[in-house]
Amino acid sequence: MNIMTEAGVEQKLAQRTNEPPIKMKGEKVNVHYGEKRALFDVDLDVRENQVTALIGPSGCGKSTFLRCLNRMNDTIDIARVSGKITLDGEDVYDPKIDVVELRARVGMVFQKPNPFPKSIYENVAYGPRIHGLAKSKADLDGIVESSLKKAGLFNEVKDRLLESGTGLSGGQQQRLCIARAIAVSPEVILMDEPCSALDPIATARVEELIDELRENYTIVIVTHSMQQAARVSQRTAMFHLGYLVEEGATEKMFTNPDDKRTQDYITGRFG
Amino acid sequence: MTDAISTLGGGRPVSIHTDDAAKARLKTRYAAEMRFKWLGAGAVALAGFFLVLLLSTVVTQAWPALRMNYLMLPLDLSAAKVDPAKLDGFDFQGVINDALAAEFPDVTSRQDRRLLRGLISTGAGTFLRKDIAEDPGMLGTTVDYAVPLDDFADLYLKGLLADVGTDEAIATTVTPSGTTGDIELTFGDDAMLALARGHGATEGENGALTLTSGAASLLVALNGGTVKLTALAPGDGGTVVAKGLVIEALDSNAPAATGQAALRVIDTPESSRKISDKEIVWLDRLQSEGLTESRFNSIFFFTGASREPELAGVWGAVVGSFLTMIVTLAIAFPIGVSAAIYLEEFAPKNRLTTIIEVNINNLAAVPSIVFGLLGLAVFLNFFGLPRSAPVVGGMVLALMTLPIIIIASRASLRAVPPSIREAALGIGASKVQTVFHHVLPLAMPGIMTGTILGMAHALGETAPLLMIGMVAFIVDIPGGFTDPATILPVQIFMWADFPEPGFQQKTSAAILILLAFLVIMNAIAVILRKRFERRW
Repeated sequence: MNIMTEAGVEQKLAQRTNEPPIKMKGEKVNVHYGEKRALFDVDLDVRENQVTALIGPSGCGKSTFLRCLNRMNDTIDIARVSGKITLDGEDVYDPKIDVVELRARVGMVFQKPNPFPKSIYENVAYGPRIHGLAKSKADLDGIVESSLKKAGLFNEVKDRLLESGTGLSGGQQQRLCIARAIAVSPEVILMDEPCSALDPIATARVEELIDELRENYTIVIVTHSMQQAARVSQRTAMFHLGYLVEEGATEKMFTNPDDKRTQDYITGRFG
Repeated sequence: MTDAISTLGGGRPVSIHTDDAAKARLKTRYAAEMRFKWLGAGAVALAGFFLVLLLSTVVTQAWPALRMNYLMLPLDLSAAKVDPAKLDGFDFQGVINDALAAEFPDVTSRQDRRLLRGLISTGAGTFLRKDIAEDPGMLGTTVDYAVPLDDFADLYLKGLLADVGTDEAIATTVTPSGTTGDIELTFGDDAMLALARGHGATEGENGALTLTSGAASLLVALNGGTVKLTALAPGDGGTVVAKGLVIEALDSNAPAATGQAALRVIDTPESSRKISDKEIVWLDRLQSEGLTESRFNSIFFFTGASREPELAGVWGAVVGSFLTMIVTLAIAFPIGVSAAIYLEEFAPKNRLTTIIEVNINNLAAVPSIVFGLLGLAVFLNFFGLPRSAPVVGGMVLALMTLPIIIIASRASLRAVPPSIREAALGIGASKVQTVFHHVLPLAMPGIMTGTILGMAHALGETAPLLMIGMVAFIVDIPGGFTDPATILPVQIFMWADFPEPGFQQKTSAAILILLAFLVIMNAIAVILRKRFERRW
């Protein structure tokens, strides 16, 4: 109620002018899986150096939208994407865009930790190596170390870099996957429920990490946890049945949403 | 009983899970479980029993073939006998025959000498020629040379050709009437009559007995010679007079005292064995003089095929099998794995790929002889490739193995979790990088297992190779992929078909070698799987 006071409006205006530039933009994004339509005309902006959370009940299309951003949907034969998604103004679905380059710029962390069944070092070094980011072995060592440090994993694994990445605990594995994504120096990191397979302590650790990473990267995170969205994100988008219901600053979304469905979902009335 | 139930009913509330009907249901469930368990255990036990039976039969059959008897003969290779300048056309067999004849100076008739020569393998001269070529130092001296025995002589010494009893002392005096030719032996008591009756002698008049060739052979050894009994008749004063044929001349016709003469009974009648009494007596003498020697059968392991059982070896077939398998592997593995990768990772899922898939699965079930016909029609008749060659055999077997490899490879590619693919794609690996850096290494243990099992299958295959002429009788060991060759299963098939008893053991021994081949291949499959297995 008091948001609509003058002070509130002023604050809002100030916020708007301070808003960081748009990194990725979705315009009228539609996705079909065969005959079934999964997304309906979604318009969503992702702003630079912010965490954008996508929330909504299961099957609402938030993961589908996320996977459109780095064209991971290409790997699903029956998926068809229409509409326009841009990265720094370039259409990512333009046939001239190289999907390998796109995925190097838009990295991804998955729901289930999926380290390669190789050593910790190899897990992190693989990306830089295939993209030719390291000139020498020392270079590569440096990238691996700094990536692991940024992912907050270095101190835990520095003595066993050559041991298998699958031998780590779940939370460590997920941070290894984040380190692996960071190692390629992406601009955007997509996270698909990165904490759903983790216990609360590991979750807290990863959330902290996400907050730190915001400084250098643009992050889009899909989450089922309202609290997590509230804790880590600056902007939140609410999906429902393939539609983007509402999108806005996280604070506003959680305190005074415009749409009743958002309100109901956030307060736990459904979903 | 009723009491027990009522107290139970009183103690616990009766529900659909605790009443009598429920107990009965539970009982039938446990009974079914028990039945299944015992059926399963029975099936496993039965399978184990037959496996043990099979293996023990093959092994006991094959065992004698692993050793072979040689005759140690002093060969005179002095310049007077063997002219070092004319080695090429020299009759080395003759040298060996002379040395053997020298051991038996009594054997003079042409017929007997031929029989005596028959104790030695007809290939002995060839071995001697080869050994002299390798070591010319043997010439000019007398050397003790191990001469391979003929297959029948060898089998006799192994005890496989006739039931031979041990020598038993005769508990009476034996008086011979002469030292050579047909003689009469007079036994001090009539125990011999009963013994002869017991061994199938034919009854004549006045209690006389005749030992025909259909009866067991009774050999009496006395005074340093051997007499074969042919007929017996009761003599004066409880004695027995036996007619006999001297096989080895006696030293004298002095009477042998009690216990000095020995009787040897060969239960297998002479007419139904492949070795005569004479040969048996000769071999026994050679053996008792320590001239025979049982050695590791290197001929069997390291020579090629032959119609003579004692000269037949399995090495030609082993090399042929090996060369064929190399060709099969070199063709089937790369093509099969590539096809599997394409179909599983790259091919669009449409009607065409579905048809291809169904057909690959069907190909795995095509009878192998059909592949043989295909090989005959395409590789031999159309492309004009050489007959009986490992290269063609390998190509035919590769066609047969391809579907197996493709199916196994696709299954193991599919078993790689999609999360690994996503992880690689997610950091910007291309499709090919994803497959070759991550998916293929993880699928490799399964692919290799499938490949080796497919190869093992191909190794045991006979039918398709019959069609392309790999059943030919090939003596030379193949030196390359285009040389005529045969393979182990075909060799086994041919040996099993030969009538000579010596091939029976060889057949079993070759089966053992084939089994060993298969066991090794399967062991490699297991080791590779363990070695490359990664968990995720």
